Amino acid sequence: MKITRAEVDAVALLARLELTAEETETFTDQMDAILAYVETLNELNTDGIVPTSHAVPMENAFRADEVRPSIGVENALLNAPDRVEDFFRVPKVIE
Amino acid sequence: MELHELTIHELHDRLKKREISSVEATKALLARIEAVEPRVNAYITVTPDEALAAAEAADTRIAAGDVTPLTGIPVALKDIFVTRGVRTTCASKILSNFAPPYDGTAVTKLKEAGAVIVGKLNQDEFAMGSSGESSAFGPTRNPWNLECIPGGSSSGSAAAIAARTATATLGTDTGGSIRQPASHCGCVGLRPTYGRVSRYGVIAYASSLDQVGPLTRDVTDCALMLGAVAGHDPLDSTSVDVPVPDYAKALTGEVKGMKLGLPKEYYIPGLDPDVKKAMDAAIETYRGLGAEFVEISLPHTDYAVATYYLIATAEASSNLARYEGVRFGHRAEGAANLLEMFRKSRAEGFGDEVKRRIMLGTYALSSGYYDAYYLKAQKVRTLIMQDFLKAFETVDAILTPVAPTPAFRLGEKTSDPLQMYLSDIFTIPVNLAGTCGISVPAGMSAAGLPIGLQLIGRPFGEETILRAAHAFEQATEWHRHKAQL
Repeated sequence: MKITRAEVDAVALLARLELTAEETETFTDQMDAILAYVETLNELNTDGIVPTSHAVPMENAFRADEVRPSIGVENALLNAPDRVEDFFRVPKVIE
Repeated sequence: MELHELTIHELHDRLKKREISSVEATKALLARIEAVEPRVNAYITVTPDEALAAAEAADTRIAAGDVTPLTGIPVALKDIFVTRGVRTTCASKILSNFAPPYDGTAVTKLKEAGAVIVGKLNQDEFAMGSSGESSAFGPTRNPWNLECIPGGSSSGSAAAIAARTATATLGTDTGGSIRQPASHCGCVGLRPTYGRVSRYGVIAYASSLDQVGPLTRDVTDCALMLGAVAGHDPLDSTSVDVPVPDYAKALTGEVKGMKLGLPKEYYIPGLDPDVKKAMDAAIETYRGLGAEFVEISLPHTDYAVATYYLIATAEASSNLARYEGVRFGHRAEGAANLLEMFRKSRAEGFGDEVKRRIMLGTYALSSGYYDAYYLKAQKVRTLIMQDFLKAFETVDAILTPVAPTPAFRLGEKTSDPLQMYLSDIFTIPVNLAGTCGISVPAGMSAAGLPIGLQLIGRPFGEETILRAAHAFEQATEWHRHKAQL
């Protein structure tokens, strides 16, 4: 077994996902099979190989530091599930 | 021929000559949608009012002599493209009520060209899937056989072309999500080189792999659509600033002397006999046209699927962190605190495939596993890219199958994700290498399902693969076959 139920629960917490007991069991089995499959990569010697994070070579892809129009407060709040004035309301985080 | 049957270029000729109006063409398409959608489910949202208003504007423009190849042409978009004021769901419950405040760049370009957007197309949820079955809005069905999958994740984009409910569509391709459904639905689908088309306003799945591309009824239409959406965009820092050629002019019909590579790792013993037969016939067709074949090797092909599912899921777990129910999307009721709200909202909003990939990606990126999984995959990605660069030293393009089998039946692979992932084995290497590939109809299975061939080009070699695809299309009749609905 590459992965246990406890590890799946820990990953679910990291991923901010609440899983049912049934989902935890299913994902444990499926992730175990997938992780066993990806182990095949260890057949390859990759010493000295530079990792590719991007197919197109680029560095410091910054825009010019200039003022541009933004979408504005109304548009930013347009899809807010819970809006109060110009804010997104969330459950209390500070006691 | 009925209006909904016409290609972009056929419709353009008639619109330009004022034989028909865009309003007539759009009404014909909307009627077709109404007639066949209950069986196909290619659309999530149809926008008849907006489409007819755009068609009227296009007719005014045409009357003034201001015509592009897309002016007045009814097109539809995978529901991954954000569209101002029109619901954009990404086929997920978590975005089922999301109405974006802006248009993405590809959408803006289509609108500026005068295209008429008739609706938003079904897909796998957040573009994660190979069968069109992971949509929160129900599976799309293959117009050639309603019991079969259309392919994914641009399932609606391909099915709408096959069902004649859109003249052309846009999809996205992260691991083959344009080419594979195009193959299964008998249409043309092009994944351009990474950076060729802006991703601004495209809901992100795996950012280093995603690319926008067209699905169309023939290669000419494909060239026209690519020409309309390609080009540098300052709003996407990964879009590449190189000139956009006239892709339609590349379609000379000439492939004499073109060197096509046949990678020995793609012609495997387990290949479906119908797919093998279609590939053999395609090779003979190209030989007859004067193309030359060279056996090549892409030695790391067997590692592509594992590499892809580590990189794509890692990037997905990061990209999908933004869906937490605070600023947009579904929010769970009654959570006691912020963490519970995040966890419940995401649990209620995401489907199984998305959860599975978020979990896998989070695991691969987590402390202690990063080097063993994610970094290892990034290094193997380098080897896969090097395979392609070496191959392109000797060949102009590479000819392969698109998928190991024709479309499979709905439900056949849903319980075995690994088997589902392996169905993308011939398309995924292209995404990892960041280069371009096209799927063109090349045969039919004994069961009457379409089979596509794939041409892979060097980076920014879209003109070459379009030319080769067009020559094949002109020499064969496969693109003229129609699904009977």
